[in-house]
Amino acid sequence: MGHVDRAREFVRDESRTKWHDESLWFVRAKRDDAADTVPDWEALRDEAATIKRDALSRLPDLWRQFETAATEAGAVVHWARDAEEHNQIVLDLLEERGFRRVVKSKSMLTEECGLNPFLEARGIEIIDTDLGERIVQLRNEPPSHIVMPAIHLKRSEVGKLFEKEMGAPVGLDDPDALTALARKDLRKRFIAAEAGITGVNFAVAETGSFVVVTNEGNADLGTALPSLHIACVGLEKIIPAPSDLAPFLRLLARSATGQPISAYTSHFRGPREAEDIGSPAPAMHIVIVDNGRSDLLAQPSFRDALACIRCGACLNTCPVYRRSGGHSYGTTIPGPIGSVLEPSRDPKAHAELPHACTLCGSCTNVCPVRVPLHHQLLTWRAHLAEGGHHPTRRRVAFGLAGRLFAHPRAYEILTKAGRRVARRLPTAWLDRLTSPWTEARTLPPIPARSFREQMRARARQATKGPR
Amino acid sequence: MRVALFVPCYVDQLRPQIGLATLDFLTAAGFEVDFQEEVICCGQPFLTAGETKRAAALGARFVDAFQHVDAIVTPSGSCAATLRRHLESLVAAPAAASVAAKTFELCEFITKESACPPLSRPFPHRVGLHASCHGLRELGLGTPTETRAATRIDPARELLSRIPELEITSLDRRDECCGFGGTFSVEEAAVSTRMGLDRLEDHGRGGAEIVTSTDVSCLLHLEGLSRRRTLPFEIFHIAEILAASALGHDLRASAEPR
Repeated sequence: MGHVDRAREFVRDESRTKWHDESLWFVRAKRDDAADTVPDWEALRDEAATIKRDALSRLPDLWRQFETAATEAGAVVHWARDAEEHNQIVLDLLEERGFRRVVKSKSMLTEECGLNPFLEARGIEIIDTDLGERIVQLRNEPPSHIVMPAIHLKRSEVGKLFEKEMGAPVGLDDPDALTALARKDLRKRFIAAEAGITGVNFAVAETGSFVVVTNEGNADLGTALPSLHIACVGLEKIIPAPSDLAPFLRLLARSATGQPISAYTSHFRGPREAEDIGSPAPAMHIVIVDNGRSDLLAQPSFRDALACIRCGACLNTCPVYRRSGGHSYGTTIPGPIGSVLEPSRDPKAHAELPHACTLCGSCTNVCPVRVPLHHQLLTWRAHLAEGGHHPTRRRVAFGLAGRLFAHPRAYEILTKAGRRVARRLPTAWLDRLTSPWTEARTLPPIPARSFREQMRARARQATKGPR
Repeated sequence: MRVALFVPCYVDQLRPQIGLATLDFLTAAGFEVDFQEEVICCGQPFLTAGETKRAAALGARFVDAFQHVDAIVTPSGSCAATLRRHLESLVAAPAAASVAAKTFELCEFITKESACPPLSRPFPHRVGLHASCHGLRELGLGTPTETRAATRIDPARELLSRIPELEITSLDRRDECCGFGGTFSVEEAAVSTRMGLDRLEDHGRGGAEIVTSTDVSCLLHLEGLSRRRTLPFEIFHIAEILAASALGHDLRASAEPR
């Protein structure tokens, strides 16, 4: 089952589709308002785009610089080629200390690597502490959005879930009350945790520091209590200097949720200082993960996609995402950016994702780092067609049409015959012949004469002159 | 000025009256208009389906046919956008760049040349203007809601606003995609339908009786949906409305009877 079928299933529930569309459009509108508050919004996008492209052009140097600075600050840096290595590194860090209880703040990278199921299968309890992440974790489903993981759920559904999982009173759907319940439950987990895992929004080469952005402060609490902090960072997250942070921090929350800035912007540099004598010395480990990123970097058509800062603005504005839901994409990252990133991992499995798009171009316009998303999706279509990943049906149809359009005489004869037949067929038959166009649309009356024929008639009349 | 009229296949076959309205309107604007029968397609459907070689072959035919004219005008924003944005990368011929640069959507061309004939006949209707995504975001015809860059004139709106008694109705989402998207309309028919119906509902809320656009493909999609549900919209291409106001074309008589 691909996007087409899952989207069809989603759209079947009309009121839910409307609700989903409007919830996300609301966020898009907030983003517009937030952009209005910045006098040079477009210049800010340019600046961020330039910094990212510069960084992507010298990743090895920047990461080496980061490693040196981070090590000096007392952190331990690990390099992971792929998801497996990443997961193993994290597991080893936990097992060598005998740790079995972990809290984790939001991280699409660990989602991509399948860290949770990997650790759980090895007897380690890992709790997502971002509220939305926690909700989808309890439902045993992936996030449907990269910033708002549970945006596909209504609060009554969250209420039902909490009724089962946290003993919430029946019918509770007040967001504040539900949040308070989750908070109380999570608090226990924070206190019991032996290690905290975070993602990384920006790694700064010059200082070996990194920034984690949250709205709930869960990354702070999750790293302030346990003695071990493991930060997992994708290869594309590096920027050269602390001063480069400014444009990104101004863009990120505004693009993501329309907030002027996220509630918590936490800077980490090395492990925190040792506290009481007797308690284990705080340690910080940073796992730098490639997992296909350097392959993407090697493809000039798509490398710009590595500039993505995971704000989710392209999802919120995408008219297809809003009406098909994040799960319809069947990937870790849904929406326009996901449809650009995922085919590079597995072209065969995701060959149709670049077609889950009307090429309207709205995503490209909202992207804070100017990833030319819809043009990349167009380029993917060509790559995937050439790679033989497109259905034969499409290739044959376009092969025939292409030949027809290059032969005006054949085009003329065939279309004329086609129109003649179409004008005589009962509507039901014609509809069947032209399905799925006519699945929800009625064909217009078919003209007797084409534009070309009418032009010829006009020319004949002109030579005959006025009667 | 000699202008070549490019009429894409679906206008030729399904809405010939739009081609005629474009031709007559351009003539009324004082241009000498040529129509060349050999060019049927700009290659857009092939390009968006990933069939780059086929798109390139059709692009090459386009360059061949039109390299010597002063301008190429088409009543389709998306065809113009395809040619303007992609022709050069598809076709190696040296003339490709100049052909790309002199291909225009109808309203864009009329506005650029300041050549609009008097739009004197009143058009007493409430008209919803559907922004073609490709006209808006590829050709820069208007300012997309996403961008905070300097405001650009939307030639279609500008021309419509000159017609006496024509009221352009408002939209909650003035530049949301209608969901046509070429093969998307059939391959993702369910989502495409939802998107189109949402657009029509928005036009309905704004009180539109007529929905118009610079793009025929968007309109065929919206019209099909409207007809199936017998919604109270009439769908006309902007060339038809312009020709009605400038030349007295009868909008409803222009379609040949079945």
